[in-house]
Amino acid sequence: MKNITKLGAVSALSLIIGAGSAFADTIKIGFIDPLSGPFASTGTNGLHQFEFAADYMVNDKGGVLDGDTFEIVSFDNKTSPKESLIQLQVAIDQGIRYIVQGNGSAVALALTEAVDKHNRRNPDSRVLFLNYAAVDPALTNEQCNFWHFRFDANADMKMDAMSDVIAKDESIKKVYVIGQDYSFGKAVADAAVSMLGEKRPDIEIVGNELHPIGKVKDFTPYSRKIVASGADAVITGNWGADMLGLGKSIIENGFTGPIYTYYGAGSGMTGAFGETGKGAIRLVSEGIVNPPPTEEASAYYQAFQAKYPDGNIDQTRISNTVGMLAEAIKAAGTADDVVAVATALKGMEYQTIWGSKVMMRAEDHQAIQNINILNHTDEGVTFPFDGSTFGVVSEQTVEMASADAPTTCEMQRP
Amino acid sequence: MDLILVNLIDGLVTGLLLFMLSAGLTLIFSMMGVLNFAHASFYMLGAYFAYSISLALGFWMGLLVAPLIVGLAGAAVERYGLRRVHQYGHVPELIFTFGLALLIEELVQFVWGKNQMAYSVPDVLNFTAFAISGNSIPAYKIFMIFISVGIFIGLLYVLTKTRVGMIIQAALSYPRTVEALGHNVPLIFMGVFGVGTALAGVAGVIAGPVLGTFPGMAFVLGSIVFVTIVIGGLGSLWGALFASLLIGWMTTFAKAYNIEMSNILNGLGIATPENLDESLFRDFWSLTSPQIADILPYILMVLILIFRPAGLFGKRSS
Repeated sequence: MKNITKLGAVSALSLIIGAGSAFADTIKIGFIDPLSGPFASTGTNGLHQFEFAADYMVNDKGGVLDGDTFEIVSFDNKTSPKESLIQLQVAIDQGIRYIVQGNGSAVALALTEAVDKHNRRNPDSRVLFLNYAAVDPALTNEQCNFWHFRFDANADMKMDAMSDVIAKDESIKKVYVIGQDYSFGKAVADAAVSMLGEKRPDIEIVGNELHPIGKVKDFTPYSRKIVASGADAVITGNWGADMLGLGKSIIENGFTGPIYTYYGAGSGMTGAFGETGKGAIRLVSEGIVNPPPTEEASAYYQAFQAKYPDGNIDQTRISNTVGMLAEAIKAAGTADDVVAVATALKGMEYQTIWGSKVMMRAEDHQAIQNINILNHTDEGVTFPFDGSTFGVVSEQTVEMASADAPTTCEMQRP
Repeated sequence: MDLILVNLIDGLVTGLLLFMLSAGLTLIFSMMGVLNFAHASFYMLGAYFAYSISLALGFWMGLLVAPLIVGLAGAAVERYGLRRVHQYGHVPELIFTFGLALLIEELVQFVWGKNQMAYSVPDVLNFTAFAISGNSIPAYKIFMIFISVGIFIGLLYVLTKTRVGMIIQAALSYPRTVEALGHNVPLIFMGVFGVGTALAGVAGVIAGPVLGTFPGMAFVLGSIVFVTIVIGGLGSLWGALFASLLIGWMTTFAKAYNIEMSNILNGLGIATPENLDESLFRDFWSLTSPQIADILPYILMVLILIFRPAGLFGKRSS
């Protein structure tokens, strides 16, 4: 009896192994982002979008190379750089060669340094770091390296587009800048002050303020100052609960001008702003879902909604990341040699399903793409967010924004 | 001058909201000696229940029903949880409430997800009540003030003028004697715990639409509630009210005016160092009041603990 069991187990095992080698491999992509803690909603939404993009864009279309499929393996980093490094090591030990991460520039800076070190020491198990949302300019400037690719526009590029739009609006004479008290909030404030000063020297910065991140219960006192300053527009890099709290409070306390944000949509925020945010909340973003730019984009969004009825595609760059990685693997002819894949990725021009183009600049591995100013509204919304009737609609577009922006990156290529 | 009036109103709203949380907590603490770490979690539950009810039956039913559910849940926690743990002493009780806070947070994320909820002010109250030189005061804030003041007056009446209140007050100080007189002290404990958590629930219901309904809302408010009852004095309703308003106004004014540390120090006759960038105290000199607004209550608590350990209105010296 025992022998028969053993025999069965062995034959089953050999069948599995045989099946594995006879069919195509899976290419594992390690997703390291918060899946618990205060920023869990942002991370979980990103994971869903990655899993969907991998299935829809690669696996359902027969995969890459000889039918190799993408598999997203998630790791929870709790938004902590320290935890991320541990998860990175776990991912590498599991044989994962592609890492994606986006929430928090502090995490991205830690990861890019660790990846660089690892790749120098272990040429046999090198990994690529595909950054889909961490926007600290340093990542593609002084801290750049060959293994890091950024698919989102960086904070300066977004501010460049935002300040272009503000500069065109003659009715804006006074601007109030407010943000969270950490590196990203400071970077946004500095960029806003210097770029507005250059493009519209007549605009007065009537307030430049940082508040503690994730600790403010009630934003009313800040809103009072903003209203009292006589500002015509507000600029903020806030995200998560800080974004919603600030936005709601400013509007409820009598501010009527536009609020230019980096992250004022999705993750429940659009639904929660609802009617109050109409005509006030503006968002600078690389992606357009309203009006639907292409047939292909509509089909993609509808398929996503069928799978995640409560979910949003608020990061179109995620499908670009997956699509460009697939193209690069096809061009390189291998998924194991990440140097070849990285070489194929740099300088790549990619036609996205969203109807626009993305160019991965070779000097600093920064994606160059259209940047749009979106408007929070319930009119002309084909794909609303958060199960509400509200969504973000494209208002203005800066084509291939900041394509000639200088970089201080001095990359060492292997 | 106008802005002072506006800030007074804003601070009043913040303070009264804090009062609704600390009133229940201070009663529970002084009666049972339990620091209920899960108190702010009941506040969160209030907001989430009210949100779900408001989807089906409207805001007003939410305001009515959600605190009742939260109060019943609180009473059940006391009856079947705390009372059993009580016999093992205070530390297990502390750990129990701490665990309960974590459990409720996970439960909320499990049921409602991790996103912000679209819980908003009812249309009837969604207008500007009046404006003071361009600063509009939303009608909802006035409504919040009335609700909290109403609850304070009601509580004060029950505690000081009724028989039930007298027994509660007696049980606060001399539980054994009250028991010996034939009163059911465990039932009183359960009732107070239930009412205390229901008050937290009311606070959640009316704060959810303005401060946001999300899984982190309990955490954001959790620690400041303890500070309030320590400053006010344990078991004192007036103390809780006074401390809540003090904290509300203190933080609001500190955030609303950019008072710079260098101005204060200069005013005290200390000259700004020549080379501020190289000075050892550069960060200290460049502090502004909004930056330290949220730690001011904690500084006040430390001072109170040093100079008046029983709190501003506290009577018991133990």
